[in-house]
Amino acid sequence: MSDVIDRPMLEQEATAKSRLRIIDCDIHPSLHARSDLNPFLAKRWQDHLKTYGDHLRTPYIGTTPYPRSSPLIARRDAWPPTGGPPGSDLAFMRQQHLDPFDVEFGMLQVLDMFIFSQQNLEFGAAIQRAVNEWQLAHWTSREPRLKAAILVGQDDTQAAVAEIERCAKIGQYVQINVSPRANEPLGRRRYWPIYALAEELGLPLGIHVGGYGGHAPTGGGWPSYYAEEHQSNAHSMAATLTSLVIEGVPERFPRLKIVFIEGGFGWISSTMWRMDQHFERFRDEVPHLKRRPSEYVREHFWFTTQPIDEPDEARHLRSLIEWVGVDRLLFSSDYPHWDFDDPRFAFKTPLTEVERAKIFNGNARALYKL
Amino acid sequence: MGRQTKTISRERRMAATRIDCDIHPAVGGTRTTLLPYLDDHWKEQVVSRAIDGLDLTSYPPNMPLSGRADWRPAHGKPGSDLAMLQRGAFDQLGASHAICNVLYGAQAVYDPYMAAAFCKAINDWIAAEWLASDSRLRASIVVPMQAPDLAIEEIERRAGDHRFVSVLVLAQGETLLGRRHYWPVYQAAERHKLPIAIHAGSQYRTAPSSIGWPSYRYEYYLAEAQAFQAQVLSLIYEGVFGKFPGLKVVLMESGVSWLPAFMWRANKTWRGVRVEVPWVDREPAAIMRDHIRFTTQPFDSPPDAAGVAEIIDMIGSDKMFLFSSDYPHWQFDGDDAIPPHLPASLVSRMCADNPLETFPRLSLAA
Repeated sequence: MSDVIDRPMLEQEATAKSRLRIIDCDIHPSLHARSDLNPFLAKRWQDHLKTYGDHLRTPYIGTTPYPRSSPLIARRDAWPPTGGPPGSDLAFMRQQHLDPFDVEFGMLQVLDMFIFSQQNLEFGAAIQRAVNEWQLAHWTSREPRLKAAILVGQDDTQAAVAEIERCAKIGQYVQINVSPRANEPLGRRRYWPIYALAEELGLPLGIHVGGYGGHAPTGGGWPSYYAEEHQSNAHSMAATLTSLVIEGVPERFPRLKIVFIEGGFGWISSTMWRMDQHFERFRDEVPHLKRRPSEYVREHFWFTTQPIDEPDEARHLRSLIEWVGVDRLLFSSDYPHWDFDDPRFAFKTPLTEVERAKIFNGNARALYKL
Repeated sequence: MGRQTKTISRERRMAATRIDCDIHPAVGGTRTTLLPYLDDHWKEQVVSRAIDGLDLTSYPPNMPLSGRADWRPAHGKPGSDLAMLQRGAFDQLGASHAICNVLYGAQAVYDPYMAAAFCKAINDWIAAEWLASDSRLRASIVVPMQAPDLAIEEIERRAGDHRFVSVLVLAQGETLLGRRHYWPVYQAAERHKLPIAIHAGSQYRTAPSSIGWPSYRYEYYLAEAQAFQAQVLSLIYEGVFGKFPGLKVVLMESGVSWLPAFMWRANKTWRGVRVEVPWVDREPAAIMRDHIRFTTQPFDSPPDAAGVAEIIDMIGSDKMFLFSSDYPHWQFDGDDAIPPHLPASLVSRMCADNPLETFPRLSLAA
């Protein structure tokens, strides 16, 4: 089986790999320990972190509600020899990921500290600022290939706007990240000031899967297993796409660019067809939409590729890519997590040179103005 | 017009059988339509407390989706007029038989006794006023899933009446449908050869997705697709089909084109994390092809014939498709309820063979 899968990629590698450098749109850096943030926190919040810690809408303080399939969701080989959790050691990240895959740029996606989900909004604001400073001090200033995002918890919209303005003055950040899972769907009016600012600054809005918004992970309630919760990430992305489009976010902010991160892209074409099919029927409910929903998707949204779909027939992946559109896809590896996509083997269907150049590099380069 | 048809015979189906697996007769109201079918206690309760207006938030009757313009009676809700439904579903759309799925709020009532009383009344009403009036009609048993023991009582009460061919539940209930407190319901359903019909609609207990409550009905309707997906995963990962290998589950009004990517993602996730669900011993997509069926309106299809052909190829089973019109819901215009670009061989299967295999009681004498 594996020879069938690998053959097209091996052929491409022989001709293409030496020339094509990769832009990886989803790399997860990690704190060694939470105390790493102390230099960036006022005494009050250092004490709060130690005494109370997070307040999240989830049952445990020390772990995720659905135990993952591996410690810290990580690849077994991604633990740095120097100690510390996967993703915490820059030298090892270079050695294991950035150098061998010839990563030209890597987009940092910080999941530590659940910035998007802190119930104590003042603590959340302090933490988001600390993490945004930590990204520059510990990562991007030491490794120019890595690019930071301005992480903001959107539920305190005022604090989010202030933090974006602060970071934008520094100028080292390439996108603004919010969470798909918060108090309300991302299309709702309360979050629009963030989009207005992102549009004004010309920074894409990044939306990485995850977060604890307090709502059940599915429309039918709380699942029992990680297998269910893991796939619900794709559901939350489909719902976020419909929320943003149907609330008219791209209609109201026509220069806004939005990136969906770690949602995969299998669900996108059917979501577009479904939105379009029912558009006529519901049109009088959403008169603010001037165009068919899929038209907004094809102009305003980008999607990172991991976890890439693995149909039994490679030609089906081909159809999927064509339905979504090569111009909309950004390669991502999800390093160092267990469901990492290896850039050599992720696409189990042949791509043309032009398509590879776009998906692995060109689309991200243009989007992030690298 | 076939009023004499008592059974759907194997001979007949070759020529003319076209079973519409999803139509919606409407309950006028609790204090009107259902009153004669309630016992004295609930009659008194319903009247003295003015308990009425249980139309589901998912389907406001005046919303365009809830009723095609030419299927709206002069008075009353779409689907409330038997003669009109007969003209639409049978004469106009050409069904030989049709399965009635009543979407009234009995399933969403919090009080389990009230829910059970209203479900029973709906089932008595549909039997007396619809099934008895037209032998081409069949129905799903409406059950109070809030109280699985009472749901089983209702299934047992109807089991002797073969005009009831499935058990109806909503796509968004109190808990995911795979959870083990529902298993006795599936045991009863399997024993009586009743598939579980999961229909679009919500009890409004939890938000339609993990991102929270949307603003518009349009978003909510779209999000049903993700709720269906979560239900399928729940049934598979909880091991329902291992426990009840004869059980079939029909997704009604779920949309169709999301299925391929959903299957791939499920397979990939299962390969990665199957250690936590060792009883799921084969790929989820294979389990779906054996146990999951879906109705074909709406199809949510790609706009072109090649795209439709590709979706069908990706789904990888012509046994999963069941013909439906979703009458009187407005999913299409004109007289042809078959989604465009489906191959003739599939149309033939989904209109007759597949429904007869999925709903075994269709072949039994009423």
